[in-house]
Amino acid sequence: MNNAEDRLSEIIARYRSDPVSLIAVLQDIQSEFRYLPPAALRRVSSELAVPLSRVMSLATFYRAFSLKPQGRRGIHVCLGTACHVRGGPLVLEKFERELGIKAGETTADGEFSLNAVRCVGCCGLAPVATIGEDVHGKISQTKVAGLVKKYKG
Amino acid sequence: MPKLTIEALEDIRQKARGAPAGGKGRPARAVVNVHLGTCGSAAGARAVMDVLKAELDRRSLSDVLLTSSGCAGLCSQEPMATVEIAGQAPVKYANLTEAKIKAILEKHIVGGTVLAEYALGSGYEKTGGRPALNVRPGPESPAELLPSVPRLDEVPFFKKQVLIALRNRGLIDPASIDDYIARDGYKAAIMALTAMTPAAIIKEIALSGLRGRGGAGFPTGIKWDLVRNAAGGNGGPKYLVCNGDEGDPGAFMDRSILESDPHSVIEGMIVGAKAIGTATGFVYIRNEYPLAVEAVNRAIGQARDYGLLGRDILGTGFDFDLQVKRGAGAFVCGEETALLASIEGRLGEPRPRPPYPAQSGLWGQPTCINNVETWANVPAIITRGAKWFAGIGTETSKGTKVFSLVGKINNTGLVEVPMGITLREIVYDIGGGIPGGKAFKAVQTGGPSGGCIPNGKIDLPIDYESLTEAGSMMGSGGMVVMDEDTCMVDVARYFLSFTQDESCGKCTPCREGTKAMLDILTGITEGKGTPDDLVLLEDLARDIKDTALCGLGKTAPNPVLTTLRYFRGEYEAHILEKRCPAHVCRALNVYTIDPRLCLDKGRGCDVCRRNCASDAISGRKNEAHAIDQAKCIKCGVCADVCNFDAVRVE
Repeated sequence: MNNAEDRLSEIIARYRSDPVSLIAVLQDIQSEFRYLPPAALRRVSSELAVPLSRVMSLATFYRAFSLKPQGRRGIHVCLGTACHVRGGPLVLEKFERELGIKAGETTADGEFSLNAVRCVGCCGLAPVATIGEDVHGKISQTKVAGLVKKYKG
Repeated sequence: MPKLTIEALEDIRQKARGAPAGGKGRPARAVVNVHLGTCGSAAGARAVMDVLKAELDRRSLSDVLLTSSGCAGLCSQEPMATVEIAGQAPVKYANLTEAKIKAILEKHIVGGTVLAEYALGSGYEKTGGRPALNVRPGPESPAELLPSVPRLDEVPFFKKQVLIALRNRGLIDPASIDDYIARDGYKAAIMALTAMTPAAIIKEIALSGLRGRGGAGFPTGIKWDLVRNAAGGNGGPKYLVCNGDEGDPGAFMDRSILESDPHSVIEGMIVGAKAIGTATGFVYIRNEYPLAVEAVNRAIGQARDYGLLGRDILGTGFDFDLQVKRGAGAFVCGEETALLASIEGRLGEPRPRPPYPAQSGLWGQPTCINNVETWANVPAIITRGAKWFAGIGTETSKGTKVFSLVGKINNTGLVEVPMGITLREIVYDIGGGIPGGKAFKAVQTGGPSGGCIPNGKIDLPIDYESLTEAGSMMGSGGMVVMDEDTCMVDVARYFLSFTQDESCGKCTPCREGTKAMLDILTGITEGKGTPDDLVLLEDLARDIKDTALCGLGKTAPNPVLTTLRYFRGEYEAHILEKRCPAHVCRALNVYTIDPRLCLDKGRGCDVCRRNCASDAISGRKNEAHAIDQAKCIKCGVCADVCNFDAVRVE
């Protein structure tokens, strides 16, 4: 846990304990730990001198934050308008069946998290899903199994 | 790095002009420019880049320069790359694969012969009504030089476009400030800082007729004037903000500008800072746009190194600096008061206006907030003059607007067109019509705040007023084309589920009202609707419009109201006949297999059974197949994979 404490200290120091940077601090914690650990939220509250209730209200308001650990690879299926009319919801369901989890959940082995997102801004290639950093365009139900396999390997 | 003087900056401009874009001043016999926006990369442009790199190394072609630029605009034909041999017109290639780029390298780059069959066009796009501002002196008439390839500005997708906000599209390396400077970059900043008073800048912007490109269309000059003249609490500072929280689904022009031409926004903000009198600005960017955050941060660093941001800019005595604030995934933060709260590190909840941010914005100080595309227009207006800009567009809507043309349309991409162009020109001339010979049904504009414009209004000239009159709005510029296979009730339900999901929950009409509307719409799509539902929907819509706190809630009913206005028959089919005419609403669909077609034409090919998600299809190869309705989850994959049209949906 020592190591995690150090990483946390480093993140808080980055913003010189400035309460205006609260969201940025939480974002860095989220990307470092793939979620907002309760202990981290308590430390942020005390070191930035903001009430824990305010930290929690931000942590639960913004979609970028999660209170449960996310998988090593995030799968985000776009449900923007263009993706919606081109079959995005069916692609999301196929991912759910393929991974055996529902949108918003993480696989038991901690490998994948599946989430629906509202528009990744790549509408020209709809329907779109992002896996980790990669954007995949023009996907269809029949391509989903292959994609999951590729990232598992 | 020492800060630059104006003379030193002009020196850089002269030097960069002589060199290929992205070339950092290196001379080259040929330049290959791979278009690496988010879309291009997703379509495989990175693989194209890697192949080129490897091949150029293998052949030791040190006189060929490999560079990259941002989005080239035509998403449906990505990946794209432009090849330019010194002294010849550049040739843009589309739909690239590894094999194609190898052939292009062999024939065109090494051999000097254009591969016309892979080429999209040659030369440049139109920028603001006169020929392209060539980075280097190039041939004026590329067609004469390359008769086998059409001129790029004659290619249907590009022909009616006029690039102002996207003036550097595909021409500059977003990571190179010198590329930007070469194309008249930071000229407007120099003019504003050395030769114009704040009042003169504001007058120029007001005369140009520029209106907010984020959707509401408020006149930019008036906004700047309000902030300039706002007293400000205790004589404290004023602030400048760029709204890059492009949340409207179906719109991505702001992402493209931030990623591909970040300096155009920074320069616009320097001009704005001088006009309103401030030293501090923020660029607020959506969390979902990591490449844009990276590009803007890098560009801010470069501008600081050159002395274009920070203290005493270019020795003019003017101070201004910028910082990036990343959003955290809340659609409502695109609303200006919510966005400002988010910058302050608070919950992104809107507050009632007035007071408007121009009077009381960030930390209670007067704040000028404009959208990305608005800022990107500013330098062009200052360098080329208000009169030039006002000469483009309609009486009340001047200049151009960038639309993202997506959905059921052949050519998808970003199109920048003069205001006043008709929907028909955008859909058919630029967009190339609807794929698969299907019938056009509607265009959705304005995102969740907008509405659906039907076929009957296809000759509508696009400007702020006419879109509002049709029940929709300009919005940020998303244009989602819908064909006969799109269900308008489902589209209305989709938008309500969006706004319901994104409602911050602060005011009751939005929090509870959108939920009530969504429940009714969901019922209708599941065949549980009654005729009274339509009356109730209209009542709820009116009440929410009148009473919600912010723009998100006030406009949330628009998609329902426009679809009710133009496509009432579709609602009635769902309610009275329990039928979805477009076969989208799954609860109302029944999938069956035509045994004759399956056997006679397909010889029971068995592809549907193997792809079925729920083991609902029975039959063996060479037999007619059948669907067990009790097991079918109606995902439609059988219809997608059947090559013999044997799967029917009713």
